[in-house]
Amino acid sequence: MSTSPGNGLRATLAAGRFAVTAEIGPPRGADAGAVVAKAEMLRGWVDAANVTDNQGAHVRMGSLGASVLVQRAGVEPIMQVTCRDRNRMALQSDLLSAGALGIPNVLLLTGDHPRYGDHPDAMPVFDLDGVQLTWTARTLRDEGELLSGRDLAGRPGWLIGSVENPFAPPASFRARRLAKKVAAGAEFAQTQYVFDVDGFARWMADVRDLGLPERCAVLAGVGPVRSLRVLEYLRTGVPGIHVPDHLERRLRGVPSDRVAAEGIRVCVETIDALREVPGVAGVHLMAFGYERGVPDILAAAGFSPDRGPAHDAPPRALSAVPGEG
Amino acid sequence: MDPVPDTSWPRPRTPRISARASYAAHALLARNGAYRALASFVERHPGLERAFTRGERVSKEHLFGCRMCGQCALPATGYACPQTCPKQLRNGPCGGVSPEGRCEVHPEMTCVWVTAYERAEASGHGEDLDRLQRPLDHRRWGRSSWLSYWQGRDADLWTAPGEDRPLLRRELGLTPR
Repeated sequence: MSTSPGNGLRATLAAGRFAVTAEIGPPRGADAGAVVAKAEMLRGWVDAANVTDNQGAHVRMGSLGASVLVQRAGVEPIMQVTCRDRNRMALQSDLLSAGALGIPNVLLLTGDHPRYGDHPDAMPVFDLDGVQLTWTARTLRDEGELLSGRDLAGRPGWLIGSVENPFAPPASFRARRLAKKVAAGAEFAQTQYVFDVDGFARWMADVRDLGLPERCAVLAGVGPVRSLRVLEYLRTGVPGIHVPDHLERRLRGVPSDRVAAEGIRVCVETIDALREVPGVAGVHLMAFGYERGVPDILAAAGFSPDRGPAHDAPPRALSAVPGEG
Repeated sequence: MDPVPDTSWPRPRTPRISARASYAAHALLARNGAYRALASFVERHPGLERAFTRGERVSKEHLFGCRMCGQCALPATGYACPQTCPKQLRNGPCGGVSPEGRCEVHPEMTCVWVTAYERAEASGHGEDLDRLQRPLDHRRWGRSSWLSYWQGRDADLWTAPGEDRPLLRRELGLTPR
């Protein structure tokens, strides 16, 4: 679905090239320019960028609308869809809309509970779970029908992604949980932040034992910890993130004006280490609020800005969006 | 101002009955012709069905924290009820489980899927958790799951082991094929 052959996440994964994805959090508001500005910082550096869906249960511009903006700005979007805010009818129709608009990738997840978001008084939906939503997407695309069994006129063509947390209990079930998502239809999976490469490698060994890398590309989640405040937030404020003691000691061991640089160095070292873990197909760089730093991190890790849709031609999505071209 | 109590969300429940006793009880209640006939008879008499359903509700609520989704997953989850998960996940734990195995939404409680995993593994039923659980039919909330089970309506709540490309349940829709 990319604008030229050989580009985009699907082609990168199919060619066995090490993939790079990043994340774009839509703004709280209707400012299209904020989305475009973030996309332009990433353009060329990533195969595709996740567009989050009310991340952390905080209301933002929707992931479908923002994905269209990202695509127009020359970055291949990965539209995130969570089960928190929509029932199975709305989930299916939004997935079909993404197909109609030429969104090349979707990422399906359960989603954070509203309890920790900005609308804790909202109804949590969770009509489907992440595995069932993945299964639903594959049914739409490969069977060409709704959950009801009714036929679709025109099948969506997106690549189906999902997520897994290698570090959350029960540890020995986490690779099997990814296997369920692969059985349900996931073709790529991004992981929670990896700060503990040894722990990740143990999980990855389980993933290989289950034969998953041949069926589903695993992209390891990474990100820079740029301040002790962020370190504390990741340790205590975000469910499911494991920050090992040696990372904390290292960041606390440098002068305060050097923490940001040290955090970026750790991130680059982590990317280098993850490239050596057998079965890892790429990295997913989460630098929320620090998109401008993504090129430097990737350049330091030895990547070149030759990824994503070709930039000499207008992105294909332009002609597919009503009111454009 | 006092924080608003969050009791409306499901709360993880550690069962009051061991996994071993639960599997044994299931063996006694397993589907057969007599139970099928009984269930069919009960469903033809509304008063009897109400009384039966109340009995199921009271006992399963006490033992498992049952919320009467009407499509009992207990036999495939180590007899820990996934509907007591605040996200009502049917296919395993979310990514927010704390390192100590606590629930993301109710941090003072053990994740029900951690409980389910430990119970299923310890009683030799760990592979049950690899099955894909199909979406709920929300029309069945409040109805007896046992009556449905005995009459074979629960036969495809989850996939069989090793089933490769399982299909979603079609009889839920308007136009099943």
